[in-house]
Amino acid sequence: MSDGTLELREVRGPSALGGGRRRALELLYLIAVTDFRRSYLGTALGYLWSFARPLALFAVLLTVFTQAFDLGDRVVNYPVLLLFNIVLFSFFQEATTQAVSSIVSQESVVRKTQFPRLVIPLAVVLTSAFNLGVNLVVVLGFLLAAGIEPRWTWLLFGLVLAVLVVLTTAAAAILAALYPRFRDTGIIWGVTVTALFYATPVLYPSDILSGRLRDLLALNPLTPLFELARRWVIDPAAPYPEAGAGLAVAAAIFLAVCALAVWVFRREAPRIAEEL
Amino acid sequence: MTTPVVIEARDVRKAFRIPEHRVDTLKERALHPLARGGRRELHALRGVSFDVHRGEFFGIVGRNGSGKSTLLKIMSSIYRADAGSIRMAGRLAPFIELGVGFNPELTSRDNVVLNGVMMGLGRREARRRLDAVLDFAELRDFEELKLKNYSSGMMVRLAFAVMVEADADIMLVDEVLAVGDAAFAQKCMDVFRDRRRAGRTLVLVTHDMATVQGFCDRAMLLHDGEQRYLGAAEEAALRYYRLNFGGGGEWEAPQGAGGVPDVNVRPVEAWLEGPDGERVENVEQGEPFGLQAVFEARHELVAPTFGFHFADTDGTTLFGFNVMPVEESVAAGRRVRVRAEIESPLLPGRYFVTCWVSRNRTQGDLALHVVRLLDFVVYGTRPGPGSVAVRADVEATLEPLEVRTP
Repeated sequence: MSDGTLELREVRGPSALGGGRRRALELLYLIAVTDFRRSYLGTALGYLWSFARPLALFAVLLTVFTQAFDLGDRVVNYPVLLLFNIVLFSFFQEATTQAVSSIVSQESVVRKTQFPRLVIPLAVVLTSAFNLGVNLVVVLGFLLAAGIEPRWTWLLFGLVLAVLVVLTTAAAAILAALYPRFRDTGIIWGVTVTALFYATPVLYPSDILSGRLRDLLALNPLTPLFELARRWVIDPAAPYPEAGAGLAVAAAIFLAVCALAVWVFRREAPRIAEEL
Repeated sequence: MTTPVVIEARDVRKAFRIPEHRVDTLKERALHPLARGGRRELHALRGVSFDVHRGEFFGIVGRNGSGKSTLLKIMSSIYRADAGSIRMAGRLAPFIELGVGFNPELTSRDNVVLNGVMMGLGRREARRRLDAVLDFAELRDFEELKLKNYSSGMMVRLAFAVMVEADADIMLVDEVLAVGDAAFAQKCMDVFRDRRRAGRTLVLVTHDMATVQGFCDRAMLLHDGEQRYLGAAEEAALRYYRLNFGGGGEWEAPQGAGGVPDVNVRPVEAWLEGPDGERVENVEQGEPFGLQAVFEARHELVAPTFGFHFADTDGTTLFGFNVMPVEESVAAGRRVRVRAEIESPLLPGRYFVTCWVSRNRTQGDLALHVVRLLDFVVYGTRPGPGSVAVRADVEATLEPLEVRTP
């Protein structure tokens, strides 16, 4: 098989995708698929359980915001919008919080094999993305049941999804790379993600907010994603994200997070095994 | 050696910066932004160069802390070298430990595929070899069983089977053979030999000299991150003993963070004596010989016991003895000389002397343990089964015929 002259190749040490791109992709796929399958086959009601959490949260929030507040009357299709938003945000939350300790919990693999480091947080994101996919199918059922007609703009939702996945992946990579060195990353991120939940138009559409609060919200890179998703999928009469300084800052933050992810992971990947 | 070079290491260096006070949280970093001072450099490798040829069994030997595992981890792309270069040809499978990456929640089938991919096989290829792996491990009946329900023996068998079937060009092995029983170790070695015939290369990291002498073609001796010897396996093993346990020659005090347990008492010299009291390297079969060893107390030794075990190359102790000095305690700086006259039962072969010193007799407190104080050969022309000959009166006679009624 390997007769004749074999070419000597430099051993460059551990890196984000060490050991070849193809191997990294195969590992990523295998790990995510087995994790996903395991969470579904592990219990009799496997899938129901994974959807139960967003559904329970949805039930509570729906009660609060339609009974205690009057959002149900002021927002078109509020219940479906709320469920849709919760499913989207749950993906971001689940993937990033699980990514934080992912590398540390895979310690033996990192310290004892040549394992592409980036695959570990990526697999977490991919597993969550599978969950998101299944959840979106359920949401689709609710959408149709609520009497929302399919429109061609539903296709544009794919763009929102793509940007959301990129942002989630970047955040996951940063958190996973920093955690071995700074163990309080987990706590800080827990608080941050809760703050983000309220600072993103999940519970309410951004257009019901007053001017200053709305300007502040516009800085959050998740905001335009949720606004676009609402307009394209649920309510064609909903406003587009305001094209202004806020949107520019949000875009800048998005790009900065992506750049930071590349930089941090490149910097930390070779040393992670030594830090554990 | 005519086969091409498959591993080429040039001046590989690695240092670890060990923080004296570990900064683990952002708060600590924010409070002490300049608190970087308390870092100590630990030089794990100080310039190591070697070549390994295809089909070779190459040993890397040295005691704990000598840098051998660090070197293996750099070759496996787990650590990055600070300087120098390593180049390799072909697919590499590192086995720092058997069964790394096994997920107890998955079936052995899933684990085998996942592990195969980790060893560098394609997904399809890993699936194709699944049957061969399960057959080799003799676990075909358990393929749908979750790994958490496996016994540890089954787990080791599975892990080893994956490694064999991954069929990498270069195998890096770190004390893999330390797990499992003797029969398993034997099976491992048989497989490795078989692989070698197929042109595979093996790099074995160990501190077991019997393995090195028995299986390696060449070996490299590391000591405190320095390359002390590169060449024949036999010579590397001898130098290892000499370096670490000073068999009769100049004793070299080991330094650095090796965890050397000679802080309380250190062996100064040890040698064997022939029948006429002269120092000898080897002993003739059936002839009595003497053992002398000198120890120096670094701290006061209260109620010490000096023990000596004679072991064969497998590490099996054949016989031994203990001795206590007449004095109750040995003051710091004082030396103790142990003399023994031994009526040798040893058959021709290679043997080792292990020694240990304990103090505070009643508490069994170990002050020193030298795994191989001396190694020597018993030469002679009357080999026999086993390692020792015992005096036994044996005779065989014919039993008188009995008439049996059925």
